[in-house]
Amino acid sequence: MDKVEILVICRHEGILQTIIRLVNANPDWNATGASADDEAIAEFAARPFKLVLLGSGIEKESEDRLCTAFRARDPEIIIVQHYGGGSGLLAAEIYQALN
Amino acid sequence: MAQTVLHKADTRGHASHGWLNSYHSFSFSSYYNPQRMNFGALRVLNDDTVDAGMGFGTHPHDNMEIISIPLEGDLEHKDSMNNVAVIKNGDIQAMSAGTGIYHSEYNKDRAHRVKFLQIWVYPNKKNVEPRYDQITLNLEDRHNKLQQILSPNPEDEGVWIHQNAWFHLGKFDKGISTEYNIKAKGNGVYVFVLSGDVKINDQLLNTRDGYGIWDTDKFTITAETDAEFLLMEVPMVF
Repeated sequence: MDKVEILVICRHEGILQTIIRLVNANPDWNATGASADDEAIAEFAARPFKLVLLGSGIEKESEDRLCTAFRARDPEIIIVQHYGGGSGLLAAEIYQALN
Repeated sequence: MAQTVLHKADTRGHASHGWLNSYHSFSFSSYYNPQRMNFGALRVLNDDTVDAGMGFGTHPHDNMEIISIPLEGDLEHKDSMNNVAVIKNGDIQAMSAGTGIYHSEYNKDRAHRVKFLQIWVYPNKKNVEPRYDQITLNLEDRHNKLQQILSPNPEDEGVWIHQNAWFHLGKFDKGISTEYNIKAKGNGVYVFVLSGDVKINDQLLNTRDGYGIWDTDKFTITAETDAEFLLMEVPMVF
């Protein structure tokens, strides 16, 4: 079965890498990370993501721009705010979003 | 009419990692229960016991208000803002993770365990500057009365967080009763019984039970035995 592709966007590089590692620890998920808007939009265009996680530091204007760009490409894309910056809430956020 | 939800102690998620024994009132880490995701802005209520000399290595947090309340023993906190502190029974610590912070939490005592509550509340403002606060509470101020230990206001009693939330502790002798008045419209209260038996209106709660009540202006708390409890008032919509 193909892994669920998850795009993680977070301005804090250390936390971004932590989230990517934690997501990839689940054999059914594959995370791609981006810290800048243009990078995120380019990554989103490169493969079919099921879920986008918005992490810390993303300004409201950027969030609106990203969501508009993602939904223009895929109106069904699931976009979820990630809170916590680590393992505590991540799995539940993803399970809830995917179900 | 008041709405309520009861979470009996033995229905909590449980994780045992040898050095860490943790009970989760809401989904956390590998404990996932879609019926137990949060109570309003209250997202995490973990009841942790950490063995002597053990703890959580440096790890990140962001965009949560994180409150730690030691119940037994001491917890050493270190963070990326260069805060180093020991939190003891009687203290309360609040950390606004905001744009991101790293911290560690260790039981430095080589002989005794530490028991503490870790509570996460969704902030009412994202991406704030990370901050840390810790105070020592007067234990007498909760004897047969409600002691405010947390609020949204830096000038008010207790610590403060970025959320329209108020926490109170009470240590009541058997038979003592009081009324709690909700402070902000739209808020509910999650009651967590630390020890003993407590009635919230007519609902009996036992040790480590959780009980949420909302769509009401007030409720009555009665100690059916000597009891200690925590009241967490939070926005139900955020």
